[in-house]
Amino acid sequence: MSGPLIAFYVISLCILGCAVLMLSFRKVIYMALAIGGVFVGCAAIYLLLGAEFVGVAQILIYAGAITILMMFAIMLTNHEATEPPFQWNARNVASAVGCILLGILILLVIRSTPWPQPDTSVDVNGGNSNPVAIGMALFKQYAIPFELVSLLLIVALVGAVILAQHRKEDE
Amino acid sequence: MAGGAPFPIPTGSVLALAAILFCIGLYGALTKRNLIIVLVSIELMLNAANINLVAFSKLSDKPSLNGQIFSLFTITVAAAEIAVGLALLLAIFRLRKTSEVKDLDVHKW
Repeated sequence: MSGPLIAFYVISLCILGCAVLMLSFRKVIYMALAIGGVFVGCAAIYLLLGAEFVGVAQILIYAGAITILMMFAIMLTNHEATEPPFQWNARNVASAVGCILLGILILLVIRSTPWPQPDTSVDVNGGNSNPVAIGMALFKQYAIPFELVSLLLIVALVGAVILAQHRKEDE
Repeated sequence: MAGGAPFPIPTGSVLALAAILFCIGLYGALTKRNLIIVLVSIELMLNAANINLVAFSKLSDKPSLNGQIFSLFTITVAAAEIAVGLALLLAIFRLRKTSEVKDLDVHKW
């Protein structure tokens, strides 16, 4: 067992623990907090896999912005909302069985597929640091998708403001 | 083919983590009653996909940056989705004073 492998298993345990806690909490605000733990754990996995820029962006966007946005939404709506405890009705049982079957199927497929030996001699960053390499690729090879994503972001921003603003006829 | 020391984390373990996370997210999205929690569960599923993208950018036999850049795009789209989703949620709450999935059945027939 080497250091990164132990770190990987510890972080995976934290992520899955937070995700299961998220499902088992009753208060909605605790659920939003637990999801923050999952996002931070995913960032740690990215750092472990050598994707520094994506890891930091994950912390900034998911753990920073999205979790806080969730908190705002919960506080602005029904902030004392609670989930009912697990009931044995048809929908819950069918969902649980379906998800477990899907999980077992994916795990079996992963287990039976011969994965290629990772080639560790290639430096994906091409000699630069990781953010520099990502910037080069974004602005050269992926310039058009990058611009389209910025367009999508501005549309989403304006759309969110228009949807959430008060209208006269509501009152 | 594989030069240098082998990477210590096996590919299958990372993919298994993503698969389990995806299934947890799917279960949450199907069963939870609060709209915010359904949105959160969808974010969990997107995160699982991101883990796969980053894992294959490092652990395939031809490592490249493409996976990391794809995951950046996914993160951006997820941020846009959650912003619009929460705005819709606020509009619904203002109109109907509820944030539960079961109350949003106007179009049910």
